[in-house]
Amino acid sequence: MRFPLSWEMNMQNNNVIQVEGLTKMFGDFTAVDAITFDVKKGEIFGFLGANGAGKTTAIKMLIGISNPTSGKATVAGFDVLTNPNDIKRNIGYMSQRFALYDDLTVKENITFFGGIYGLSRKRIKEKSEALIKELGLENVASQLVGSLPLGWKQKLSFSVALIHDPKIVFLDEPTGAVDPITRRQFWEMIYKAANQDTTVFVTTHYMDEAEYCDRVSIMVDGKIEALDTPMKLKEQFQAESMNDVFLKLARG
Amino acid sequence: MGISISNISKSYKNVKALQDISFEVKPNELFGLIGPDGAGKTTLFRILTTLLFPDHGTATVAGFDVVGDYKEIRKNVGYMPGRFSLYQDLTVEENLNFFATIFGTTIDENYDLIKDIYVQIEPFKDRRAGKLSGGMKQKLALSCALIHKPKVLFLDEPTTGVDPVSRKEFWEMLKRLQQKGITILVSTPYMDEAALCDRVALIQDGRILQIDTPKAIVKHYPKPIYNVRSDNMYQLITNLKDYEFNHSVYPFGEFVHYTDSRTDFNPTELQHYLESKNLKNIEIHETDATIEDTFMELAK
Repeated sequence: MRFPLSWEMNMQNNNVIQVEGLTKMFGDFTAVDAITFDVKKGEIFGFLGANGAGKTTAIKMLIGISNPTSGKATVAGFDVLTNPNDIKRNIGYMSQRFALYDDLTVKENITFFGGIYGLSRKRIKEKSEALIKELGLENVASQLVGSLPLGWKQKLSFSVALIHDPKIVFLDEPTGAVDPITRRQFWEMIYKAANQDTTVFVTTHYMDEAEYCDRVSIMVDGKIEALDTPMKLKEQFQAESMNDVFLKLARG
Repeated sequence: MGISISNISKSYKNVKALQDISFEVKPNELFGLIGPDGAGKTTLFRILTTLLFPDHGTATVAGFDVVGDYKEIRKNVGYMPGRFSLYQDLTVEENLNFFATIFGTTIDENYDLIKDIYVQIEPFKDRRAGKLSGGMKQKLALSCALIHKPKVLFLDEPTTGVDPVSRKEFWEMLKRLQQKGITILVSTPYMDEAALCDRVALIQDGRILQIDTPKAIVKHYPKPIYNVRSDNMYQLITNLKDYEFNHSVYPFGEFVHYTDSRTDFNPTELQHYLESKNLKNIEIHETDATIEDTFMELAK
């Protein structure tokens, strides 16, 4: 496992997420058990774990909506405990469950989220036009989002999560059961964002998608049990795929 | 007692959910229907389980016609819909008892069939179904679908949203049920699960793209596929897409799967092209096609 040499040194290393000993207890149940890791600028970081391993609890602390019991973490340069609202302004978030408003049009959704993040009207208009053009949504810009195919919705909600140029975007199981071509178009968007130095923090149940990440961590029972590049993890666990790595770890 | 589907079509207003679908599932086969959201999988399941009339075509399940003999089919099939559809306010045991009673049987009578699965949730038999974890709900739903000892089992996306450990366990359960003589039609959006079926049908936009054994499907892939890698994934994809001879360019984990439009493709030439774009640590080597490669080629 890779531990940071020291907190201070890593601050100079362009780490946009730094976590040290982060812990969350619910009563006497330890949901997240002293996890330590860092994520670099422009990195695609996969955050994996079985159902109930503590991923969601950990992410809630990182995005500033749940206070840790102990340990510390900074996200986009802000402390999760003392400056949670600064974190919210500097991150994007997309999940399968909550993404866009089905009964607003494509344009209205963009305007709404642009407004929420405090973009000027002028900036929203520019962003909106650029985004619709890039996604090829010109013909459906005035249609309700609910009427769009799932793949289009996913691409749109990813773009909307980036509308305020956040330093980090959190993707919580972003790709549902879309077709494999659409899924790859989505990953191309992720590569593009990372190439422009946006950090991408992604959780997924598709182990083949874990192979797309620069580095992957795997949580088991509240602890990070493995953290490395997919290639090195496969070497370490003598596994052919990330699926095998996961099964070896999670089945014990 | 298998399934026979002939020229089934179904439309909802102007959406063609199924277009002229035909295939056979042999008795005691584990058959996979593989396709993304919106492909028409659930519509086909509803027709086969007599919950929906087809617009055209005919189908039989366990020898019974899906329209004329619907009552017989309902007695002889088990159906696990994609959405959890048990009674959330009943306990685990109450749900199972309820479904046994509906079908005029008891838990004891067919306990052998569900034993392997049910023992895993039995410690929670007094818990309400709504309070179970995802994996446990799935096991209860499967137990309820099996309690009347069906000849044919329909499972609509049983592993969607389930973690890899539970998915693996679920497929092991299906293999054991198959050994007990049950014909199984299972749908999934996970292409890697196709390998676990005897035969699969690839489906997209209401049409069957191909039907065969998983091994034969990847053998049909028409071109050599190359794994390409470099130090910059985004630039690599962009450059490959700009390359005038590309036939397909798809990210595949740490690699990009590349096929060339020419029959006399020379990887060295591609290497030089990528080097001229200032990519470093370039690797190009031939690799085997996967079900996903085949699916994307057919869906193109």
